[in-house]
Amino acid sequence: MTDLLLSHWNYFIVVLLMMIGLFILISSMNLVKKLIGLSLFQTSVFLFYISLGKINGGTAPIIMKSGHDGHSSHEILYSNPLPHVLILTAIVVGVATTALGLALVLRIKASFDSIEEDDILLAKRELRKRSKSS
Amino acid sequence: MSTLFINISLVSFMVVIALMITFSHRLFAIIIMSGAYSLISAAMFVNLDAVDVAFTEAAVGAGFSTVLFLAAMAWLPAEEKRNKALVILPLMICLFTGSLLMWAVAYLPALGDPASVVHQHVAPRYLAESYDKLHIPNVVTTVLASYRGFDTLGETIVIFTAGLGVLLILMGKTGRSPKPKKVDISAKVSEARDEDVNEK
Repeated sequence: MTDLLLSHWNYFIVVLLMMIGLFILISSMNLVKKLIGLSLFQTSVFLFYISLGKINGGTAPIIMKSGHDGHSSHEILYSNPLPHVLILTAIVVGVATTALGLALVLRIKASFDSIEEDDILLAKRELRKRSKSS
Repeated sequence: MSTLFINISLVSFMVVIALMITFSHRLFAIIIMSGAYSLISAAMFVNLDAVDVAFTEAAVGAGFSTVLFLAAMAWLPAEEKRNKALVILPLMICLFTGSLLMWAVAYLPALGDPASVVHQHVAPRYLAESYDKLHIPNVVTTVLASYRGFDTLGETIVIFTAGLGVLLILMGKTGRSPKPKKVDISAKVSEARDEDVNEK
């Protein structure tokens, strides 16, 4: 049991972090806090991918070809570069989505003068009532 | 072994920060804490041999997105309204999903296991032949720009679309970007001082 916990520690913690992010995302009424929750979730998924790419005793995947001290590239163990590439792309796309979300939040604030979800829902209901009665 | 200890302490710190974010109501504090969270995860990435990802996370995740949030705060209220937030239903959903994921995660190969399936497919080929073919020592760069070049092209298209979307949303019908409301800080400060004096 302890062995499993130690060898899979990163994965368990990643799940925990993901769930904290998801909880903030669902439970918070504030739109900015929701976005922060989303980015917590995102970062923990990145951590999961990078943890998968780790090899014990490995080093960063930058080829060292010296040739003088008898080290050939096959003797050095490198970590898996593929998850790194995927996550590089994901980080940048994540920031793009965050920026788009913030722009939407600013627009909502300009229209409803609030960034709390329940206030916005109330205001929308009020608007619908008014448009029906007129 | 030392890697494991650094790992464990850093991720535990991340959990602490995430919990602090959950219970905080001041948005500025939340934003700065999420920047710290990103920075610690960048340190984690260095520890897990992903130096390129660490650079990007520190620059883009901890730097740029924190600046974006702070810039947006110029238009937004600084405090979260303390209302009856949903707690029980989200908690149930998170516990259920979390326990399912924990169950699944326990069957993954151990962290750093070289025999894991992830390390069997194309990755060894990239490591073995990319230097001889393209003469770039950094394998991540080679894969990003050459083997998966179309991926990166798609990424730039996504970012372009997002930038265009942000511009269009912010300009809206008026064709002008909104300006932050000017708050007269000196008046507020003197008001607060007056209140202090009155209390005394």
